[in-house]
Amino acid sequence: MKSTVMNTIKSKAIWFVLAFLFIGFTIANPRFISTKNLFTIARQVSMYGIAAVGMTFVILIAGIDLSAGSVITLVNIVCAYLMVKAGFGMATAVILSVLMATLIGVLNGFFVSTIGIPAIIATFASQIIFEGAAYLISGGIPIYGFDERFKVIGQGFIGPVPVPVIIMIICFGIGSFILNKSYFGRNFYAVGGNEEAAKLSGIQVGRIKYMIYSLSGFFAGLAGIVMLSRTNSAQPTAGSGYEFDVITCVVLGGVSVAGGHGFMSNVVAGVMIIGCLTNGMILMNVSSYTQMIVKGLVLLFAVGFDCLQKRKSHY
Amino acid sequence: MNEEYVLQLQHIRKEYPGVIALKDVSIEVKPGEILGLIGENGAGKSTLIKCCSGAVIPTSGKILVNGKEFTSMTPQLAAENGIAIIYQEFNNVKGLSAAENLFLGNPIRNGIIVDQKAMEKKAKEVFAQLNININPKTLVGDLTVGYQQMVEIAKAIKQDAKVLIMDEPSAPLTSAEVESMFKICRLLQSKGVSIIYISHRLEEIFELTSRIVILRDGDYITTLETDKSNVNELIRHMVGRDLTESFPPRKDCIEKDHVILELRNLTGNGDQNIDLKLRKGEILGLGGLVGAGRTELAQMIFGCAAVESGKILFHGKEILPKTPREAIDLGIALVPEDRKRHGALLEMCVKNNINMPIYPRISKFSVIDSKTEKKTAEKYKDDLRIKTPTLDQQVKNLSGGNQQKVILGKWLAANSELIIFDEPTRGIDVGAKFEIYKLMNDLVESGKTILLISSELEELMGMSDRIVVLSQGKITGELQKEEFAQDAIMKLAFSVKEEVE
Ligand SMILES: Nc1ncnc2c1ncn2[C@@H]1O[C@H](COP(=O)(O)OP(=O)(O)OP(=O)(O)O)[C@@H](O)[C@H]1O
Ligand SMILES: [Mg+2]
Repeated sequence: MKSTVMNTIKSKAIWFVLAFLFIGFTIANPRFISTKNLFTIARQVSMYGIAAVGMTFVILIAGIDLSAGSVITLVNIVCAYLMVKAGFGMATAVILSVLMATLIGVLNGFFVSTIGIPAIIATFASQIIFEGAAYLISGGIPIYGFDERFKVIGQGFIGPVPVPVIIMIICFGIGSFILNKSYFGRNFYAVGGNEEAAKLSGIQVGRIKYMIYSLSGFFAGLAGIVMLSRTNSAQPTAGSGYEFDVITCVVLGGVSVAGGHGFMSNVVAGVMIIGCLTNGMILMNVSSYTQMIVKGLVLLFAVGFDCLQKRKSHY
Repeated sequence: MNEEYVLQLQHIRKEYPGVIALKDVSIEVKPGEILGLIGENGAGKSTLIKCCSGAVIPTSGKILVNGKEFTSMTPQLAAENGIAIIYQEFNNVKGLSAAENLFLGNPIRNGIIVDQKAMEKKAKEVFAQLNININPKTLVGDLTVGYQQMVEIAKAIKQDAKVLIMDEPSAPLTSAEVESMFKICRLLQSKGVSIIYISHRLEEIFELTSRIVILRDGDYITTLETDKSNVNELIRHMVGRDLTESFPPRKDCIEKDHVILELRNLTGNGDQNIDLKLRKGEILGLGGLVGAGRTELAQMIFGCAAVESGKILFHGKEILPKTPREAIDLGIALVPEDRKRHGALLEMCVKNNINMPIYPRISKFSVIDSKTEKKTAEKYKDDLRIKTPTLDQQVKNLSGGNQQKVILGKWLAANSELIIFDEPTRGIDVGAKFEIYKLMNDLVESGKTILLISSELEELMGMSDRIVVLSQGKITGELQKEEFAQDAIMKLAFSVKEEVE
């Protein structure tokens, strides 16, 4: 009995960290806890959250997707290009650019699974390639001047709730459904936990890898669209470095980089922690360099705690 | 077309760089028969059966299932055609529950939604059918090796297999568990399922099978009718020579007054109040069921699990190793039971593995003395008859039993004073077993001391000077040499000592 309570506490440790942050920042500045500010935080993290869904899958199978940031940038540029320069309708442009992001994922899957290049190298290469492509297409110049209605995706509200937050919640819902309820989601755990066993049980490991990298591309693409709509202009550096923030969220959420272990719900907490930290520190007027240090420390602390727990239970 | 056989392997050949694992092997399996498959470590048994599932693609040869010819098998095709395999190395996913492992690859589902409840219910039924007590929700990583194996068996059975292939399924099990597994095998046989059964325990082969196929060095040697054969004949075919005794004799070399290791009231890692004395030159056997707490005890002594209370005295001095390194430096070695998890560095070569614990000793200013390195590796390769093309072969490419030998070699090379053997001969062929026993004798005769954990009663009784039996983390009794008897050990193993207070 006592041990099950302890286990629940351990597996939900990340939520306690989040609660702790909440209380701390609220004491420092009561404005922090206002509904408005909480929605602001959620809106700020929505792009990370959306991309984190795909990244969670990738890390679950002990992979990594370093191309996520470039995909976000490229989606920004391509979608803007299609709408402004090529005269496509809004919906068509969005669908085409998310499709493109998914195809980049398929390509990553090809290199990782079919060719067998280690994920860190394969996705790093595509990061460079697609960053270059984004520059080429945009000519290094921002693209803007979209339809007014396009703003809704990133800046709109339904009641008091920002649209991007709704999108994020839907994405997390889908992600959690895939992981916990769908049979291929359970196979992700199998592949991450013991690839050999998965293969010998008739799980088509190659297919799963394709699927996972495509999903990662897809969610990064969605994040790119939300970002474009929020900033209302496509910058050729829009997403650079984003992959690391996304990876931070996922790892903070307790997904094991060794694969096979992690929960979507805890990734939500990871995303929220990053959001609270950023927002709370801004409210406290902490300089952005200090913020970086704090974020790094939080990452070490959270993951370190996790590792210590594991070491106790194994040896 | 030949309806007489459910499974035929014809002229199977498999080459690896530098090794020919199988040379032209053909076997047939009749419906509802239990076929034994035996041979020394590295004879090619696992490779042969992996060809049936597509885990290994043969260089040449044909596979016929119910007369239908397959040139290339895949795990899916094998499953669809009713072939289920329990592999020698565990193939489970530690982070998933027992139920999910049972349905790995084809979960019960509605559309794309997995039905956890249904899987747990079905798993419970399968476990109940096999008389095993596992909560379907438990993560497989939290189960003991014995139970993990039970999950593997349950997994194969649940697929409604026509042919069940078991590669050394009994290796991690205790005799009671083996008995219940045999019951399951017979049950399946009566339902018309054919079984290929691989084991190094010949008594099991005699108890269970009707025909026996023998391989040696990748060659098909012969097929024998079990009734018309005997152990000596099998061994002769397997190793190519006669082997008369199973346990080599040894001199009495116990120094009665020289206690090497003493445990006083040791508690921790699931064990309670363990009192134990180990004298120099002694082989002390630790008996008990899987999960009795023997491995756990070894882990505490070896510094890889925390001691909660009590004392460990080594040479009369209190020690508390916190890491294996400390234990090794003190002169304690542990040959672990789960070779994949704790034992061999699979990606590294045989030579590196054997020398691993002694590198500091054979290096000068951090530079390895490669001559000594090679000599040590060579010695244990010969002593233990490790079958490998070169010392530079990666350990993961060796057969299961040969991996086990590499681990043994590694700890023998360490030349420790106290060596804890945890199931040392699991998966090792008769010939090599005898060699290992001889080595153990040599060790104690040269003044070393051995703590032997074994679930094989024969081995425990044959090798130990004294046997201490554990049950549920507590010592339930001690037997002197003249009291050794199977039922005495089993009785203690099943008894639970009541708390005295
Ligand atoms: N991937 C591989 N690369 C190179 N050689 C291999 C590979 N797999 C197996 N072998 C070699 O093939 C031979 C047969 O191995 P196999 O595993 O079939 O033996 P086994 O009869 O199952 O032995 P054991 O009783 O030890 O399990 C061995 O000599 C082994 O070294
Ligand atoms: Mg084998």
